[in-house]
Amino acid sequence: MKTELESGGVKTPLLELTAVSKSFGGIAALRDVDFSLLAGEVHGLVGENGAGKSTTMKIIAGVYPDYEGDMKVAGKHVQFRSARDALAHGIGMVHQELSVVPDLTVAENVFLGNQPTKHGVIDWARINSEAKKLISSLGLDIDPRTRMGALPVGLQQLVELSRVLFSGARIIILDEPTSALSPPEVKRLFDVLRKIKAEGRGIVFISHFLDDVLEISDRVTIFRNGKKVATEPSISLSKDDVISHMIGRGSKDMHMGESAELQADDSKPIVLAADAVGDGLTLQDISLSLRAGEITGVYGFMGCGQIELARALFGKGRLKRGRLLLDGKAHSFRSTAHARAAGIAFVPENRRMMLFRTEPVYKNISISILDRIHRFLLKPLRERVIANGHAKDLQIRPPNAEMMLGQLSGGNQQKVALAKWLTHLPKVLILSEPTRGMDVGAKEDVIRIVKTLRDKGVAILVLSTEPETILTLADRVSVLRKGRVAKEFSKGTLHKGDLLAAA
Amino acid sequence: MELATIQSPNRLKSFLADQLRNIAPVFTLLALVLFFSFASPTFFSVVNFMNILQQISITAIIAVGLTYVILTAEIDLSVAAIANAVGITIAYFTVQPDYVNIANVPLPGIIAIVLTLLTALCFGLITAFGVTWIGIPSFIMTLAMMQIANGVSALLVRGQIAYSYPDLITTLGSGSIFGIRWTIIVAILFLLGGHLVLTYTRFGRYIYMTGGNREAAEYSGVNVKLIIGSVMVICAMCAGIAGMLAVAYFGSAQQNQFDSYLLDAIAAVVVGGTSLFGGRGGIGNTIIGLLVLGVLNNGLDHIQIDSFLKILIRGLILLSALVINVYAQNLKEKAA
Repeated sequence: MKTELESGGVKTPLLELTAVSKSFGGIAALRDVDFSLLAGEVHGLVGENGAGKSTTMKIIAGVYPDYEGDMKVAGKHVQFRSARDALAHGIGMVHQELSVVPDLTVAENVFLGNQPTKHGVIDWARINSEAKKLISSLGLDIDPRTRMGALPVGLQQLVELSRVLFSGARIIILDEPTSALSPPEVKRLFDVLRKIKAEGRGIVFISHFLDDVLEISDRVTIFRNGKKVATEPSISLSKDDVISHMIGRGSKDMHMGESAELQADDSKPIVLAADAVGDGLTLQDISLSLRAGEITGVYGFMGCGQIELARALFGKGRLKRGRLLLDGKAHSFRSTAHARAAGIAFVPENRRMMLFRTEPVYKNISISILDRIHRFLLKPLRERVIANGHAKDLQIRPPNAEMMLGQLSGGNQQKVALAKWLTHLPKVLILSEPTRGMDVGAKEDVIRIVKTLRDKGVAILVLSTEPETILTLADRVSVLRKGRVAKEFSKGTLHKGDLLAAA
Repeated sequence: MELATIQSPNRLKSFLADQLRNIAPVFTLLALVLFFSFASPTFFSVVNFMNILQQISITAIIAVGLTYVILTAEIDLSVAAIANAVGITIAYFTVQPDYVNIANVPLPGIIAIVLTLLTALCFGLITAFGVTWIGIPSFIMTLAMMQIANGVSALLVRGQIAYSYPDLITTLGSGSIFGIRWTIIVAILFLLGGHLVLTYTRFGRYIYMTGGNREAAEYSGVNVKLIIGSVMVICAMCAGIAGMLAVAYFGSAQQNQFDSYLLDAIAAVVVGGTSLFGGRGGIGNTIIGLLVLGVLNNGLDHIQIDSFLKILIRGLILLSALVINVYAQNLKEKAA
């Protein structure tokens, strides 16, 4: 088996990409990528966010019809015009966000879009019996008449997988299939995947979870900065090898954000503590302490629970378990207004979520402090003075508080979002992806602002899926993995690789 | 300098986009006034102007509350039914003439008024509870409240007609002072109060911001549910007070006598240019909208026109106002 795989050129690959490149608006997203998938193979695909994994898969799945280079399916040249086209050539994809209909039965979901009919009416007996056959061929025991939404996520995913199989796909692309699964569910998925590959189909397995990739894959391809760095049999790879491929070998090409000296100080007072909190869905007993004058970083992959954690701390989204302690006293925030009144501030990952595009800058800033300006009345002059002060301090460009917010650039909008909370220093500032999608200048401004706030004694929580953001800002780091704290770092040098390995 | 030159056409465009919803209704009003002044010799006079004010005064009180609701991007379809139920309630608590066959509960005037206001408050609180706490869309919740209020009306009068109200209500609803109807004065006070609250208070700002972007308001720490619940209560109170005055204005309290007020009040707010998507507009717009509707209804009576055609014309005016409303919103968003 192994020898055959290593000499992959002997057999005709199911899928072969040669020198494929793709750019978006002049920016290269993918450069000269070669890739092949053999029959009966699970091929792992790893790389950081933006390294080119998804772009490659979208080309294969027909989502991006225009690219340079050549693609062959079973030895024949192809150029897909659409995802439907790719499906017709036997390429099926299971996305990270499941596309199942929770209110239909399992059988209906399997046959979604092509139900067998008899005399023009749906043949229910056949749907149920065939679905049963298909599902049990994957070694699963599910009643096809069960409502989809009643199944755990892991099983829903397998049902979706069986839909792709049923459609006749020979090449199956799985995008982050294990991110929402518990360990026994992962094991069951892997059993199913082994069955599928034994039938001679090929599987592309995209994941951030390196342990999972190394366990299930026969070969692994690693991407970095839009280029393929290596394709190697997984037996010859260790997790450290993969990480060093992903972030670039050695310390020579290290630059800002590759590593950081952590300076956690346990003598600083705890301001906000989460004590084994859970929301019954994503968050599973997370404990976290935010200290005055310290930046706590929370790192994790997409879907690991950061978004839910940030919202729960700000009174949006109910906590079912555990408790929150603010200055040592138990609190439960019934609304964002309660959290704000208690001294908690939050800037969500998406600026639009907290900004009013069609309102002037000063109204955007003052909305969070109106009650501090006057109990009942508006003081527009005072609002403008405050807003202009922030515009100057934070170097918001142009420094005009009358300007409609939507006319500012993204980085400046982010500064306005921060400015909301700066007139009266909050006790706790929660920042979700504070520098995402910003140009370098704005990024540095934001980093400087956040550090200034820390030095003024604010307890800051930074949540990000980008290791650089965490490494640049944090004094201590917790790594989240599937809704739990997987690892904590508080002292010494922290490398990007450590974060990737822990998540 | 360079920045300023780049922005000036942008700013002009965004100014016009911003003002379209305010300019269009004013022009509509001017055009209607001009048209009817030429088409009818009796239209353009002080007496007729006072007529128009009197005719729109009850609608105006309802429209104040409705403006608040629509500014938060919600809707209240129960205003007319609540006005009706509350109007009937005040009659129910008042001694009726012998020939009125209603099993009512006569109370002293002031207590009757307080209890009736509490009834209106209850309607508002139920709506607020349904919309914010349970999470029923206001469109459906207020549809149910419309039916409930109609049911209350039906139960209280049982097909009968009541004629007496406490003196204070009779005076405010049908009396005059210095030759001006009290209903006009009350309506002006409501419009003025409504405007001041919206423009100069924190609560008013929260209403605009909640309507402009509810999620952003929530993430800015505004208690969005409290704001929306409050406007639903305010709206029910306005409708209730309008209902109390209206039964005195009509001279009778009976089932189904407010049917035209729902559409009129919504039309006044929307024709005036308050955005159906929330966050834009205000009492000033509603005043223009009320005048447009008032002039239209009154003017059509002054010219020789098929009375059935009037209904159609009103519908067309409303439709064109809706088109402008949505168009103005799109312009605004593009400019931002």
